[in-house]
Amino acid sequence: MISARTLVVVVAALGVAAGLAGCGEQEQVIVYQQGKYQGKHDTRSWENEPGSSLYTTSKWKAGDKGGWETALKARNQNQNEYVRVGD
Amino acid sequence: MARMKFLCDTERCIECNGCVTACKQENEVPWGVNRRRVVTINDGVPGERSISVACMHCSDAPCMAVCPVDCFYRTEEGVVLHDKDMCIGCGYCFYACPFGAPQFPQAGAFGMRGKMDKCTFCAGGPEKDNSREEFAKYGSNRLAQGKLPVCAEMCSTKALLGGDGDVIADIFRDRALKRGKGAEVWGWGTAYGKPANPQQQAPKGAKS
Repeated sequence: MISARTLVVVVAALGVAAGLAGCGEQEQVIVYQQGKYQGKHDTRSWENEPGSSLYTTSKWKAGDKGGWETALKARNQNQNEYVRVGD
Repeated sequence: MARMKFLCDTERCIECNGCVTACKQENEVPWGVNRRRVVTINDGVPGERSISVACMHCSDAPCMAVCPVDCFYRTEEGVVLHDKDMCIGCGYCFYACPFGAPQFPQAGAFGMRGKMDKCTFCAGGPEKDNSREEFAKYGSNRLAQGKLPVCAEMCSTKALLGGDGDVIADIFRDRALKRGKGAEVWGWGTAYGKPANPQQQAPKGAKS
């Protein structure tokens, strides 16, 4: 037979545990599962056919992450006027 | 590639609002919503500074942490996006964001908030890339076209830099060294975290 005092202690302990669980912080780690980011559907930028996009200036093959990164890095240097017009 | 970041050089921003206009035009942002805006500190006083502000796509985004329906997600490039099909327009993210990025269109006669809208780093959202649906909900997906955010790319003074964090940090560092002043990067500590030991030299080849 459980005494009333034990019962109160157990209930209080459960209450404290449940309350503290609310203080936990979920880690925000980028996890990509096939076609999904953190449960939301989305494709990655380099997975599409670049040729099918309107006004595409860069070329890479669908799924070629390295090619896409190279295209973006080249484009990034357009913001560097020391490269564009020289020192 | 490191991760996508914005950087506003306050020494160069001339408050032309070209970035605001370009963003509205590129993404066909509705009336009442500004994904990007220019804030001027000490307006009219000698030494005033202007800063172009939008979603900074934070490393530890407060909007993601407070969203009750967990509609946010972060892409591999560090871009914080959200699913408008899940958003309930509660406005918690607006209160949490240190940059005032989340915007809410007026929907209905009684001041009801519509679904949240914010800068997507021109990366669209959770619809088929460059589809009509994606454009209608989230605007242009320039990253999937091999381009960078239009606000940064068309900035006339190149005050606003956007793209790979390592590359734009190098561009800015080179610029600050050449002019010999103005090395302060507004908002970077808030958005991307401060180094534990600022005096420490960055290890070679490390990504920020």
